[in-house]
Amino acid sequence: MTAPRETPAWRRLFGPATLFLLPALLFLGVFLAYPALYSVVRSLFDASGSQFVGLGNYTRMFTDDRTLVAIRNTGIWVLVAPALVTGLGLVFAVLTERVRWATAFRVLLFMPMAISLFASGIIFRLVYDENPDRGVVNAAVVTVHDVFASPSEYPGARPRGDELAEDTALGGFTTTRAYTVGETAALPLVGIRPGEMPEQAAPAAVPDAAEGTIEGVVWLDIALGGEAGTVDDGENGMPRMTIEALRDGQVAATTTSGDDGRFTLTGLGAGEYEIHLTADNFTEPFRGLTWLGPTLVTPVIISSWVWIMTGFAITFIAAGLAAIPRDALEAARVDGATEWQVFRKITIPLLGPLLLVVFVTLMINVLKIFDLVFVIAPGSVQADASVVALRMWQVSFGAGGNQGLGSALVVLLLVLVLPIMYFNIRRFRRERS
Amino acid sequence: MSAPTPTHSRLLRPLGVGAAALCLTLVATACGDGGSASADGADLDGQALEIVGPWAGDEQKAFEQVLALFEEQTGASVSYSGAGDDLQTVLQTRIQGGDEPDVALIPQAGLIEHFAEEGALVPLSDEVSQVLDDNMAGAWTEIGSVDGTAYGVYLKVANKSLVWYNDDLFAETGAAPPQTWEEFVGLSEDLADVGIPPLSIAGADGWVLTDWFENVYLQTAGPEMYDQLAAHEIPWTDPSVEVALETLAEVWGQEQLMLGGGNGSLQTDFPTSVVNVYSDDPDAAMVVGADFIGGVVTASTNAAVGDTAQVFPFPHVGGEGEAVVVAGDAAVAMTDGEATMELLRFLATEEAAREWAAIGGFVSPNRNLTADDYADPVLGQVAEQIVLAGDSVRFDLSDLQPAAFGATVGDGMWQTLQDFLADPSDVEGTMERLEDEAARAHGE
Repeated sequence: MTAPRETPAWRRLFGPATLFLLPALLFLGVFLAYPALYSVVRSLFDASGSQFVGLGNYTRMFTDDRTLVAIRNTGIWVLVAPALVTGLGLVFAVLTERVRWATAFRVLLFMPMAISLFASGIIFRLVYDENPDRGVVNAAVVTVHDVFASPSEYPGARPRGDELAEDTALGGFTTTRAYTVGETAALPLVGIRPGEMPEQAAPAAVPDAAEGTIEGVVWLDIALGGEAGTVDDGENGMPRMTIEALRDGQVAATTTSGDDGRFTLTGLGAGEYEIHLTADNFTEPFRGLTWLGPTLVTPVIISSWVWIMTGFAITFIAAGLAAIPRDALEAARVDGATEWQVFRKITIPLLGPLLLVVFVTLMINVLKIFDLVFVIAPGSVQADASVVALRMWQVSFGAGGNQGLGSALVVLLLVLVLPIMYFNIRRFRRERS
Repeated sequence: MSAPTPTHSRLLRPLGVGAAALCLTLVATACGDGGSASADGADLDGQALEIVGPWAGDEQKAFEQVLALFEEQTGASVSYSGAGDDLQTVLQTRIQGGDEPDVALIPQAGLIEHFAEEGALVPLSDEVSQVLDDNMAGAWTEIGSVDGTAYGVYLKVANKSLVWYNDDLFAETGAAPPQTWEEFVGLSEDLADVGIPPLSIAGADGWVLTDWFENVYLQTAGPEMYDQLAAHEIPWTDPSVEVALETLAEVWGQEQLMLGGGNGSLQTDFPTSVVNVYSDDPDAAMVVGADFIGGVVTASTNAAVGDTAQVFPFPHVGGEGEAVVVAGDAAVAMTDGEATMELLRFLATEEAAREWAAIGGFVSPNRNLTADDYADPVLGQVAEQIVLAGDSVRFDLSDLQPAAFGATVGDGMWQTLQDFLADPSDVEGTMERLEDEAARAHGE
């Protein structure tokens, strides 16, 4: 028997093991390691790629307002979105666990995952459209609102001429001059389409002066070829307008205009009164909220991401739930624990590692979020909704191709992902040992 | 960058020589005629040309019909392929690979400059320039030139100085198309008085707002200043910009003149803004924009162009004459050869323009065409306005800027004008922001 021959160094280096690993290494090198390293290198050069600028791109990144907004928004996303989805996923998974149609429910909740983010984005862009005729959310909001507060008769009406002026204290419009008992007032308004007047509106007529009262007319002063400020043929009165007589800012009398726009203010003593058309005649109809405006856009996009990703979380957590030993739960119940206690003290600790995996996966997913923001935010608020990945794309490809600055943003993303990676690897190691 | 070019010309030379020999031996007379600007071109029997451009669908079909005319006249075969929105990438890749098409149709003037600097373009021959001069205003040759060298032939252009209005609503209220800016503002106020929001503005799309600004600036400052601002020779803090912004604010500053007010406009995208004016129950009376709004009207509403959907030229501000903001696709030569130049010459002729005009969906800068040559009377009117403006046509200013400043969502001109629409009182701040971003984008 001879001692096994020492393998030569070159054989060890280029032995079968290395040969088998080579293709994989080559792929990893070409498609992962090289681009990552090159991005770091590229981030140190200017837009043209020929001028070394050191950390210039990084300084610019942290001083540019729009990039800072993107970094802030990514922060909000990372803090809110993964936690929300994991939480909701846990709740739904537990709630659907013992339902008869559990699988059907889960399939339903998982379905959004089957739609591409881009398509979901387009759907949500419509869902949150500001126009209640298009956006279903605002349609619902407006319907509910109008149940409690009916829309006014003359939204958007404005005075013509200087008979009336906007009343900054009370809202609505107040006459610029004062009237005494026995006078008449002609108050012209515009801004309403004739076809949108109440049906009972009749041709306006200037009332005659009467003893002891102030007579007046409010009418829509927009007949074609008519003279501004006078009641012409074909001009209708504005019925059901609430009109007040004011004395030193106090309401002295209230009345409502008739079908021909005439009104009579009675019960007034001597002295001067201003005539006030109350604000509730002119309240703009409630049109819902500007969901896709600068303030609400990020929460709105996060909500649609939650809609999409909750199914993902449910599937994982439900699988984890199924693997929890039943006897532990049974034992707790036998010992008199309430369902809440079972959930808090048994289910969650046993699910802990799995919840963490889901959470971390979602976090990485959130860091690279791009398409939803790109599709949902209207052009005018894209800068307000921007996230790092979107800003990176804009800077390097969308806007004049500054791939130096773009690479710096990519490196920032990489740096943000690194701790999560490190954490993941450590956990893998622990699990193996 | 320059490496592929010599290789390519080496490849081409034998072909060119062959064609010349063919000319000499076979059809010497026809070749001689090719030198003049006559309608029938040179004999290019058996030669193959390739064109890459942005057109697809109906536009591609119509263009191929125009090319068929050229094939018929010369015997050359021309193949067109559409590259859609990826045109720049496609061309860039092919140039780097030494496989450039003979002719490219380039939609942005800035891109012509980019390719010319790379040495990828062949200047127009004197003969083609001559045909251009015979057929269109000198401004068009200038738009297609880089540093005084002519490269581009404009065949199909867009008129961006239009106001589209709903004729039914105009008839209902007795409104008439205005001529001047004062009349335009007055008409808008009158429409608002009768409860019809006059304007639908797609503020969510930044380019719609830059078109507004360009029109007002071209009118208030004049073509010379426009050129200087486009080249950033004068800063955006120039008083002329202030005048333009203040003029804009006369409309943008009045909430009741815009459907949904300023903030509602910022939520409105371009197709919606058109539908707002031409839906069965229209919400607004006018939308400012280019001739291609007609296409949106046809595609997305029941209104008919020329009937309910009509246009008037963007109103004159301050007594300046006709001036039109245009855009368009320029045909440029990427290979050097008789056949290539012959094709460009053909595209510059009124014959090519008339062919496409008769098919429709086309506006030509060719001054030898009349409104009657167009299948669609509205487009005839639109084209006439361009011809009337003569040398006062100017290319879309934002398209002449670096993309970071002129064509980026959430950045540069787009975002700054959107901020201005939200707060039209901030003229000073808007000018400063525009200047900051312009300076940065121009690399100053």
